[in-house]
Amino acid sequence: MATQAPDTKRRQTERIRSDGTHESFMQHNNYQWLKIGCTIALICVIGYALIDVEPRPNGGSWYGYLLGTIGVLLILWLTMLGVRKRKMSRGHWSLKAWTSAHVYLGLTLIVIGTLHTGFQFGWNVHTLAYVLMMFVIISGIFGISAYATLPRAMSANRDEMTEQQMLAALRSIDRQLHDSAQPLSHQSAELVRSSLEQDPFGGGIIRRISGQYPKCQTRAAWQAIHEQTGSQIDTGNNPLEKVDALLSRKMAILSRVRKHLRYKALLEFWLYVHVPATFALIAALLAHVISIFFYW
Amino acid sequence: MAFIVRQVSRTSDGREIIRPATFETATIRVGRDAACEIHLPDLAVDLHHAEIKNSENRRVSVDSTDGLEFQVDGRSVKSAQIDAAKGAELRFGSHRLTVSGDGQNVLITVERVEAVSEASEEREEIGLFTLASVMPGRRGMAWTMIASVLALFLVWPIYTYATSYGVKDRAPGYHGDKAWTSGPLSDAHKSLTNNCQACHTAKFVSVSDSSCLTCHKDTAHDHADPARIAMAKEAPGFGGKVKGVFKAAFNKPEGRCVDCHTEHEGAGPMVATAQAFCTDCHASLNSRLTDTKLPNASDFGTEHPQFEPLVTVGIQGDERLVKRISFDQNPSENNGLKFTHAQHMSGTNAVGRMAQTMAAEQGWGNKLECKDCHGTTADGTRFKPVSMEASCQMCHDLAFDKIGGTIRTLRHAEPGMVVADLRAYFRSTGPVRPISLDGISRRRPGNYAMAETAQDYVIGARAWPGQADEAIRAVFSKGGACFDCHVVLPIPSKGAPVTIQKVFQPERYMNHGWFDHKSHTNETCVSCHAADKSNAATDLLLPKLDSCRTCHVGGAGDSLKPVKTPVVSSCAMCHEYHIGDQAPWRSKSDIKKGKALPPPDPKIALAR
Repeated sequence: MATQAPDTKRRQTERIRSDGTHESFMQHNNYQWLKIGCTIALICVIGYALIDVEPRPNGGSWYGYLLGTIGVLLILWLTMLGVRKRKMSRGHWSLKAWTSAHVYLGLTLIVIGTLHTGFQFGWNVHTLAYVLMMFVIISGIFGISAYATLPRAMSANRDEMTEQQMLAALRSIDRQLHDSAQPLSHQSAELVRSSLEQDPFGGGIIRRISGQYPKCQTRAAWQAIHEQTGSQIDTGNNPLEKVDALLSRKMAILSRVRKHLRYKALLEFWLYVHVPATFALIAALLAHVISIFFYW
Repeated sequence: MAFIVRQVSRTSDGREIIRPATFETATIRVGRDAACEIHLPDLAVDLHHAEIKNSENRRVSVDSTDGLEFQVDGRSVKSAQIDAAKGAELRFGSHRLTVSGDGQNVLITVERVEAVSEASEEREEIGLFTLASVMPGRRGMAWTMIASVLALFLVWPIYTYATSYGVKDRAPGYHGDKAWTSGPLSDAHKSLTNNCQACHTAKFVSVSDSSCLTCHKDTAHDHADPARIAMAKEAPGFGGKVKGVFKAAFNKPEGRCVDCHTEHEGAGPMVATAQAFCTDCHASLNSRLTDTKLPNASDFGTEHPQFEPLVTVGIQGDERLVKRISFDQNPSENNGLKFTHAQHMSGTNAVGRMAQTMAAEQGWGNKLECKDCHGTTADGTRFKPVSMEASCQMCHDLAFDKIGGTIRTLRHAEPGMVVADLRAYFRSTGPVRPISLDGISRRRPGNYAMAETAQDYVIGARAWPGQADEAIRAVFSKGGACFDCHVVLPIPSKGAPVTIQKVFQPERYMNHGWFDHKSHTNETCVSCHAADKSNAATDLLLPKLDSCRTCHVGGAGDSLKPVKTPVVSSCAMCHEYHIGDQAPWRSKSDIKKGKALPPPDPKIALAR
């Protein structure tokens, strides 16, 4: 999904246009998988309510075994999307159909997994597996909501600028800053230099996701220089005035770049949880199943 | 001697462009100012940063003009002496100045070695805007998490198992396999929490009865012959078949202790066994076990045999003859006592009047209540036998003589002593001497009447001890102190001692079911025991099945047979699978309500 090759993207767009209408993976085939998922969940809930397992509902009752087996097979199949998405195909089992099934059956897993627990939780490997499963599912829900809402905002922020153009704009302003700052005193030159030397892509994941950069040197430099220039008349031959203008332009482009970075981070971050947590889940499931048979 | 400054710059394809300039002065300046001979357009360099002076003898000195440092061969200094022939490398900000000499001139090569800004540096632009630069790789994270989960929750527990295999008691502290627990153990098995292998002895082998029997050596007896249990079981339904498939596939045999006594269901008392475990066999027992004497029982509310109390049918010497008789056959209890419950509980007869007279002294109400005679056992579950001394004698005292201020009473439960005391009484006393026979009265001749009185008195006094027999007969006969409450056995031969029939007051009539009076304190006694209508001690004042069913519905609830205040009662509320004196496992609702169990018999507690 996130890492489709550009040429495939183009081909897919053409195909969808030829159909006349766009149908997202969420709506695929008139919500076929939503319906299937809801039906499965409903059957499981009704079964749980009506079947009186002894001595009390838990993973060790026959219904618990049944739900557990379905759950583990479903989890393994859901994981296969990672393999499947690297191979494109059309038709009933197109990647879109597969993704649609992945989303809705993944949501159904909340019901299957929760009922399998029989609402018995504790500090053990069994609950660990459940928690990891919920973690994966919730990160998936977050991912879908990000895909549904963020691209529009991202597009508005980019204002038809490509990433390369943003980078080029930054470089251009930096070069001009460098040149304009040449006649400045040591102190002012230091301010400009600190702006030039700060990596616009620096800062960790928290900066990326929050979009807040409290230690921005460009802003600090602009504030310090603006204190000197703000009260003076712009005669046109004060190099500080030029630097002031360039720094405020750099701040504008930086703000756009940072917003862009934030949207991209939000679009991507869930996968950094979803994928590793999936594998942790499979490991926990393995331990869960082995432990049950080990201390049978 | 002159300075030759060579400015090196590079084209976009990396080719060098060198612009040489020669300065025939002794001193050249280094700085950002365009007027400097070595002009460095570098914001880290001051406007006039340093001066390079050409001394004699190839020596070149470099001095900072405004106190800002520069680097010589990697070290920050403010002034340096350089041998031009040997050469040196100076660093001002992002620029490198290589100093060398050809014997006549000092050669200075100037080259920019760092980019103008971070953004302008050549970078791999793919991935610059993605999270890849600020996050560890997904693949690496996945492998790390797989490894840590498997190490903590698979390898460590298996290591614990392997190292403590065959060890009786594990060392205290956390053991890896505790992470495998599916829930806390019940209170009874709490001490085994850290010792998984107490029950899970071998890997991939289900918990076997032998693990249970390690501790429950004497008490865990079978409910019935296992072969008969196997025969009595209902054919499994769909769910049972599914579970059977799982059990067969994964080597989990049927009929083990743990099938019913499920563990890891949470802390607290072990939960009551579900009704289905009983009714799987008992609901239609006679269809499979055709020779059984047990009636079918599927649910207390709808299908349960009538109670069969163990009643006293007779007493032979010291032995109580008992028989289980169904309430449907109106059993009577011949426990050796005579008692009129209704008469004693009345508020309007002589008993009631006497109770009112003694109310203040005894702490009674306006009439006798059950509790005035019947006291509960310490645990409140049952009632203690009524004792003559504590409960009857406050009214029915056995006084027969008064010497000075001391009242003499007959001894209860010792008929021989009663006989002896009465005889002694008559032996040591005489008839009351008529007042006319006192020694002071003056005798007058011709008073025949007095002579007659004296004669009668002498005859009476001589016969006085013989009156004892009469009194003894009276006390053991109808209307006598003993006879009215007890059965006086016929005297087999003349001169044989009098014997009273032994009395039995059983604490329990129903030994296969459990009843706890303490749980019924919101009821009055007579709502179940019709004592206020009974005037014969032979009336068995126990409630029948229907009486219980006015509140107790079966495990399935009251939908089948609605009652006013339904109390859901599965089998385990009254019945113990392994029959004993102890209370059965408590029902789930009782546990939920937090009702306390009566303190268990220490012997039984050990067995649990």
